[in-house]
This record gives sequence, C-alpha cells and structure tokens, in this order.
Amino acid sequence: MGLTYAEKILAAHAGRDAVRPGDLIQAELDLVMANEVTGPPAADEMYKTGAKRVWDRGRVVLLPDHFTPCSNIKAADLCRRMKDFAREQELELYFEVGRCGVEHAFLPEQGIVRPGDLMIGADSHTVTYGGIGAFSTGVGQTDLGAAMATGSSWFRVPETLRFNLSGKLPAWVGGKDLILYTIGRIGVDGARYAAMEFGGAAIAELSVEGRLTMANMAIEAGGKAGLFPPDAKTWEYVDGRPARAFAQRGRHLERSEMVPDPDAAYAQIYEWDISALRPQVAMPHLPSNARSVEEAAGIRIDQVFIGSCTNGRYEDLAVAAQVLRGRTVADHVRLIVLPATPEIWRRAMQDGLFDVFLDAGASIGPPSCGPCFGGSLGVLGAGERCVSTSNRNFVGRMGHHTSEVYLAGPAVAAASAVAGEIAAPEDVVGVGPSTPPEAAAATGAGPWSGGDER
Amino acid sequence: MSQIAIRGRARLLGDNINTDDVVPGRYLNTDDPVELATHLFEDFDPAFGASLAAGDVIVAGANFGCGSSREHAPAALKQRGVACVVADSFARIFYRNCFNIGLPIVECPGAAAACREGERITVDTAAGRVKLEDSGCELQATPIPAFMQELIAAGGLIPYVAARLRAREER
Repeated sequence: MGLTYAEKILAAHAGRDAVRPGDLIQAELDLVMANEVTGPPAADEMYKTGAKRVWDRGRVVLLPDHFTPCSNIKAADLCRRMKDFAREQELELYFEVGRCGVEHAFLPEQGIVRPGDLMIGADSHTVTYGGIGAFSTGVGQTDLGAAMATGSSWFRVPETLRFNLSGKLPAWVGGKDLILYTIGRIGVDGARYAAMEFGGAAIAELSVEGRLTMANMAIEAGGKAGLFPPDAKTWEYVDGRPARAFAQRGRHLERSEMVPDPDAAYAQIYEWDISALRPQVAMPHLPSNARSVEEAAGIRIDQVFIGSCTNGRYEDLAVAAQVLRGRTVADHVRLIVLPATPEIWRRAMQDGLFDVFLDAGASIGPPSCGPCFGGSLGVLGAGERCVSTSNRNFVGRMGHHTSEVYLAGPAVAAASAVAGEIAAPEDVVGVGPSTPPEAAAATGAGPWSGGDER
Repeated sequence: MSQIAIRGRARLLGDNINTDDVVPGRYLNTDDPVELATHLFEDFDPAFGASLAAGDVIVAGANFGCGSSREHAPAALKQRGVACVVADSFARIFYRNCFNIGLPIVECPGAAAACREGERITVDTAAGRVKLEDSGCELQATPIPAFMQELIAAGGLIPYVAARLRAREER
C-alpha cells in the first residue's frame, strides 16, 4: 500500500519508511513560527520546560503582523516582549515591522519554507504553506514553546482526503472560489483532523499563489493540512526565491519522491468538475455558507477589504486592479487594500496598481493582518457589512457583533466596491477577464494561471 | 464513577462554536487569562458569558473550538473555572491545546442532544462516562488516546517535555 503526500512527509521526518493514519509519531521539525500574539506566551512556555536556549536559533521564525504597526500599548508590549526574546536568543529569523509582512504571505515569498518541509506555527493559518507542498499546521502556544525547546513535536498521522478538481478554470474563478466551494460542499468540519490533498487539471492550471489561497483555508474545513504536491510550477516558484541557510531534517526526500504514491490509501476521494463554477461568496457567519455570487448579489455593503494571508498577494491585487481600472468605489463604500508584504507593496506600486486603487478611491495601508480578525485598520461598526478577501466570517470577526462579513475573492470584492453591493465581476466590467497588462508583461499568462508572479 | 469524577451544572452550546466566539480576536492584545476571562462569549452571547460560573460544565455540539489556534480561548475558560467541556466533537487544535494546559475535555457524541441547560451533569474523564442526572441518561465518551493519557499523567505538555529534557541531560 502506497503513501499519500502527507504520509510521505511525516514518515520522512519521523525517520521511518512508512506511517499509517492513526499512528502517533514524534517528528523532527524543519522550522517553527509564531507572531506577536502567540510568540511571547510561547517563549514563556519554553522557559518553563527548563530550556535556556531555543533548539536552533536559525529555525525559529518570529514576526509581528497581527496588530502592527501597533495602535495601542498592549499590542506594542506584546511586540516588545517578542523582540526582547528574539534578541536574547539571538534568533536569525526575527523580522521587524517594515521588513516583514503577513506571516503566511512572507515565509513562502522569502524562501523560508520549502516543499517537503514539516513545520508548526502558532497560528491556525500556518496550513497556507501546503500550497507549495509543505506539511505545516497550526498549534497553540504551549505546543510551540515545547517545540522551540526540542525541535520536535508529536503528531497523530491524519487520514487523507483527496480532492480531484477537473475542468478548465472559468472566467473570474480563482483559488478563493475553489476553496469556498470545497468548504461549502464538505462543511466546516468536513476535513476535521484530516489532511486535504488537492490535484487535477484545474489545480495544475491554478497559479502557486492561488494554491496558497486554497491551502490557507483548509483549516476552515477543520483540516490539519491542505496539500498541493509540488509540480513544475511549484519548483519554478520555489527556485526563484532566496536560498535559505538550513537543510531539511529527517530522511532526505528527492524532488521526485514528493508526490503521493499511485496506490496511496485515501479516506475519501472527491471528484468535481469545476468548469461551470461561478465566483463564490460565503455568507455570514460560516465559511461553509458558500454560494454563487449571483445568489448573494444586491446586498448593500459598507466596506471592502482586499488583503490578508488568504488574498493579499500580488496576483490578488492585480485581479482587483483589473476590475477597478478606470472605475470608482461607490460613494457609501470604503475600500481598504493591504498588500501582504513589503515586496508585494513595492511591486504593486511600481506596476501602477496603486494608481488604479487611488484613482478608484481606495485607502492603501501597510502590510498587516489589519481588520481580518478585528484588530485594526478597518474594523466594522454596528450593523456594517463588509466583503472581505480574508478567511473567516464568524460573528464579530471584523468588529461589532452585529456587523457582517461576506467572504469572496478579489474579483468579486473589487466589483462589489464599485457597485456598492455584492456584484459579479461581469456586472461591473461587462465581459470576461482580459489579461492585465502588468501580469501579461511579467508572465505571458492569464491572471489566474501565472507561474512565478515575482 | 471513579473519584476524579467532575460534577457540575451543564451549560449548553450548539455546533461549530469557534474560538472567536469564546474570546473575540480584538482582545488578543493581551495574554493575561484574568483579563481574557472577562470577555468570554462577549460577542456570541454576552448573557451566557456573564452567567458562566466556576464549576460549570460546557456541553456543546460538533466541532467545538474551531477557527483560530489561540490558546487564549481554553485559557480563559480554565481561568473562569469551567470544570470540563463535553462536546460531540472538537476541532483539532483546540483539543490539543486543552490537554496541553490541563483543561479537562471529553468527546461524547450525543451528550448535547440529550442534555438540558442547567441540569446536573457528572463526567468521569478517566472512565469516559457522562451522566445526566435529571434524565438519568448515561453516555459513553470516546476513549482518550494513550499518549494523551501519558501527557495528563505527566501534568501537561510542559512538565512532560521538561522531564524528557532532564533525562537527556542526565544521559
């Protein structure tokens, strides 16, 4: 019996030839990560184990992104505690505001995480790196503190659910629409404790950035990981990144081994043809309340947020700009754009996307998680409605408990900002997407199929 | 029932209670459990949050603790004195976090459907049995994995790791 992609990575990092679902393993971690919300308490937990130093100062990533740049003293103190710890431990991968961005956009972009890695992060959206084929999962601060001390963690080997998405990506349909559709089909606990493994023609066509978007929301189905075994597109993306200073741990996996075996055992296999899929919107208050944009159209909104670890990457901004070019945001709507990293910020600025956003009447802010979890930079007031490219639409998630969050991809978000109500991109632009000039120049490909978007 | 049985007032919740429901994200600018506990269920149901008392047993439906990995949520419940959380099922990270910080939880499918708000409930975490005292209904919980039992016996993850690190040094 062969192994799924998740089982291959876990076996390699446990120094075994094979593992099976339900096995409890102690595995070596390639890196661990935390932000200013979870890093300081994780540091406290590490010291409680009796450890004086982290196990490897080159493999502990700490960066502030949730409340940054800080607008209150409590948040600033969390950042200060984390910085003090990073200095004390002489961490090589601590990043200060201005030199980092939203963690899950920043790590793959900078080549800090790679295909075949096993890592944990004290943030549930650590699953994002599955988009480039890393087994990465979220934990709490106590698990992270223990891992900072030992460089290892225990895992129950999860069952794997296989998702084969066939067909050609329809106009204006991207990674966000595919994952909202997936969660809508299987529910918010449809992948509870399981690894989700994605493949098929539609996934092959999807850009690496689109796959990162999908992997990011595996947790919204309860998934332990959302995995996209690396293909040529992945390696092209990865090989274009800066080299990192450390090697993968555990038994070495060749690139050719980083695929599921043909006879791998899956707990369930889903086969969906997405050729006729429409852009999706998840209605309040669960990500599984997904439906076609037409079924949500006409709901009057107050704010649109384009950003976050889900959809704050360059491709997302390019798609939004394609809809917004030459148009303006409705009078009663705020459009907030937070490019997720400094590199994305600079490129969007240089390529003229910022001109499009500013001409449309958007507010462009710094790389930050911002309003996604109600932290800052666009929090909602009582009864306000927001179309957000982020990942959660729980009660009160972005502000007041009577506010409402509608999750969508950047195309629907931008179209809704112009219309002043939830709207399909075609209703604003008129026809299907043409290739945005900047993306065409960079990659020669369409907006959702670009390879390396640097 | 064994000696470590927990007895308390059942407090009912539904399916998919997420960690933002337990403690809203905007309060993550502190990691002080005392302060976090003042915001329990503030957006989701403030009356429920205010009336949640030490010794109460939360009885919830499926997928309890989904969403964010924030340990702030179980830490706030523990700070308030919640004696145990019983649910049809738990989200993965929340489940792990509870064992790590020593908040007793029991996975017991069917308990929420059978239970009435406020009724007396007895939970035997070791034997995995849940008893609803009004109806006399007894339910069997999902057994706790052996490794989790080791963690509990060690007093949680940190003492467990501390012992391993000490053993490594002595070698």
